Amino acid sequence: MDLKDLYRDVILDHNKTPRHRGTLPPPARVAQGHNPLCGDQLTVYALMDGDILKEVRFEGSGCAISVASASLMTEAVKGKSQAEIAHLFKAIHDLLTRADAPIPASLGKLAALSGVREFPARVKCASLCWHTLNQALAGADAPITTE
Amino acid sequence: MSGLDGSTLAAAMGRLRSDFPVLQQNINGHPLVYLDNGASSQRPLAVIEAERHYASHLHSNVHRGVHSLSALATDAFEGARDNVRRFLNARSTREIIFTRGTTESINLVAQSYGRSRLGVGDEILITALEHHSNIVPWQMVCAATGATLKVAAINRRGELDLSSFKAALSAQTRLVATSHVSNALGSVLPVAEIVALAHAQGVPVLLDGAQAIPHLTIDVQALDCDFYAFSGHKLYGPDGIGVLYGRESLLEAMPPWQGGGDMILSVSFTGTTYNQLPYKFEAGTPHISGAIGLGVAIDYVSKIGLPAIAAWEQHLLEYATTQLSTIEGLTIIGTAADKASLVSFTVEGIHPHDLGTILDQSGIAIRTGHHCAMPVMQFFGLPATARASFAFYNTTDEIDQLVIAVQSAQRLFR
Repeated sequence: MDLKDLYRDVILDHNKTPRHRGTLPPPARVAQGHNPLCGDQLTVYALMDGDILKEVRFEGSGCAISVASASLMTEAVKGKSQAEIAHLFKAIHDLLTRADAPIPASLGKLAALSGVREFPARVKCASLCWHTLNQALAGADAPITTE
Repeated sequence: MSGLDGSTLAAAMGRLRSDFPVLQQNINGHPLVYLDNGASSQRPLAVIEAERHYASHLHSNVHRGVHSLSALATDAFEGARDNVRRFLNARSTREIIFTRGTTESINLVAQSYGRSRLGVGDEILITALEHHSNIVPWQMVCAATGATLKVAAINRRGELDLSSFKAALSAQTRLVATSHVSNALGSVLPVAEIVALAHAQGVPVLLDGAQAIPHLTIDVQALDCDFYAFSGHKLYGPDGIGVLYGRESLLEAMPPWQGGGDMILSVSFTGTTYNQLPYKFEAGTPHISGAIGLGVAIDYVSKIGLPAIAAWEQHLLEYATTQLSTIEGLTIIGTAADKASLVSFTVEGIHPHDLGTILDQSGIAIRTGHHCAMPVMQFFGLPATARASFAFYNTTDEIDQLVIAVQSAQRLFR
């Protein structure tokens, strides 16, 4: 296993310089994610315009995989409809968990996360932001965890 | 081979390491460098063979049958108890209770001693260095009884603040429960002072010895502690077996915490007479092979000698501290004057979990995370640290490899 399969340049870049880091005031929806295994804490802010995710921000601390995944996610979902985001969620879930899954071209830069599936202990790091975004979009209040 | 000092232990290292099958393998294409002994240490062949021998030749239930196998199993099981008694220098095997591990030992005291004696206004005093297993059982007892949990503070070096401890020890304190060695930082707590201060007010003391037992010579009579808890799997023994030492007069007065077989003398539907110590606290069929394996692990450690082990481990600690300190951006968390052989650290710009994954690719196993001591992490304002914890079978070469691997992680993340 080459570590560069996991820590690709795109990942390292987004870890070092995360995009859309910060908060959004109400009426943006907020959800908190927590990975009790490693202590990662993530908050996702989602401002909707009808069915479209108009603005998205995240803040929190975590490993390079979790920060880069959140940063890449915000780039990928901004301006998308809920249905498009749900479609992306399914694709990223397959990417992270199915060793044999082909990588759809539609994933774009998110495909950089494909190395994570070779490291089962780290899948939750990459998926936490997506579960948290889902929670924010669903408008539920309770913090979600990876456990 | 008794009476080794650190340097003769080092000279015997090749032979000692060959006692451990786990260490003879490659992980991710590299010889395993196992630096996660604080989480669980590896077993020597003698322990593995003892468990195998038990399962192949001795297995039966203990304290029950008149047949030969049951007698053999009982002798081996009770022999292991006496090994533990000698290892801790307890007065009697009545004071040695087998449990599943440190966590269960602490829960036993919390549920039996705590629930039967505590009420509203009473206080339990712990420290800010505790593992979750010496926090949560007391929180549960406090919730059930109305007692209050008090916490003695630590300083920035990760040492117990004795003045805070003295201030927190009040006329309402009913029990002091503290770790002997901090699992997250390695700090050795001043348990002699703690016991003296508590006993001066008639307060019993429980010591969580999970991290101390493989490093320090434990003499419960010299320590004068009232309870001492530890796990077999951190002492080169099997997992799923642990010990609670308890002062006999306290154990006698405590109610059982679990009911079932082995802990009774007679049962009828109108009432039950409980068994004598230590069986009163051992309901159900115990982990017989685990206890036997632990007994053999104690023999193994005793043969090398804890003074020699401690001397070599202190050398490893000093070497690791010096070498890791040469790495720019690396900060050692926990700099107590008295430390056991573990180093908790952070590396600027690299989250501990990334470091753990990167080191693992070089065959180096360390622990990363909050180490089940989230309050300690909160005190230092950190979500997590990386922790390298050493056993007597570790070498300075392995520490060199750790240093090289951390530096290569820094290059990857530059």
